[in-house]
Amino acid sequence: MFTTRKQYEPYISPFDPCPPIRVKTYVTAPNLYIGFQPPNLPQFPLREALMKGTLWKVFYDPYYSPYETKTKGDGS
Amino acid sequence: MMWIYEKKLQYPVRVSTCNPRLAKYLIEQYGGADGELAAALRYLNQRYTLPSKVIGLLNDIGTEELAHLEMIATMVYKLTKDATPEQLKEAGLEPHYVDHERALFYHNAAGVPFTATYIQAKGDPITDLYEDIAAEEKARATYQWIINMSDDPDLNDGLRFLREREIIHSQRFREAVEILKEERNQKKFF
Amino acid sequence: MKQMPKEYYERLEELQAVDFALVELTLYLDTHPTDYQAIQQFNQLAQKRRQLKKQFEAAYGPLEQFGHSYSNYPWNWDDTPWPWQV
Repeated sequence: MFTTRKQYEPYISPFDPCPPIRVKTYVTAPNLYIGFQPPNLPQFPLREALMKGTLWKVFYDPYYSPYETKTKGDGS
Repeated sequence: MMWIYEKKLQYPVRVSTCNPRLAKYLIEQYGGADGELAAALRYLNQRYTLPSKVIGLLNDIGTEELAHLEMIATMVYKLTKDATPEQLKEAGLEPHYVDHERALFYHNAAGVPFTATYIQAKGDPITDLYEDIAAEEKARATYQWIINMSDDPDLNDGLRFLREREIIHSQRFREAVEILKEERNQKKFF
Repeated sequence: MKQMPKEYYERLEELQAVDFALVELTLYLDTHPTDYQAIQQFNQLAQKRRQLKKQFEAAYGPLEQFGHSYSNYPWNWDDTPWPWQV
């Protein structure tokens, strides 16, 4: 299995003028890990596939704004 | 291929807040370097000179990008069609209004007009496909940043759809590379 | 001005859902030409699409141009709403 978000810590200098961002997150989407798509992967029902943007569950990777107050942020 | 137009959007676009400022960001995916027009023209142009095994893919993704262009246009249209000049000014869109009124145009969020220099076709299949993978990743990232700037949940659902399509397109271009790498006696699967 | 009834939006979404799956499968089959099961699914959906399109057009007019859909009298291809107005 794989994860679709990774994190790293940018260098923080004592001379940085603004409050530092300590952790940065980036996306590692499923297309990095699947290789050549194998046949017969599980699918969403049609209506759901339309709303999600893909037929195959393994590729679904929703992105939410980390600045939206109500959601956790990066959809993971 | 010769295009037939179907009179419906690929996805039911909904915009729930009257916030013309969002149109300023969305236009980046209309006339910007990593937007849907650039994608459509890039793939539809490359397809003439690629190996036959991958022409279908370029044809079909290029066509889908035109449908996405129409979705972005719909979002911008809905956000600006009823806006007053005052609202447009507040949204930072007055330079656009002065030139185009509420008409859409192929420029990016900063107002820079579309140019063919956004796309490339090197005539080398591996080069062209890597350009295409990069284009899809750039579009995916751009949708993330627009989602970050937008607080309209219905609009964001549409943007999430478009971002997910970029993930799938990237996947298909990666597969196309594998198909072109394939040695004569070896079948490609996992 | 013509406003569309609730059923229009429901039927439209139903057609969009089938068409979307057909697009997804087309891209998949472009790189997986020998997936028999996927081709079966594609053809079944293509048939379903024909039905849905026919029903939709009977109620709301032509979806495709240049003879891929029939016209009523008077010519209704260019009736509102257009997709970005819906």
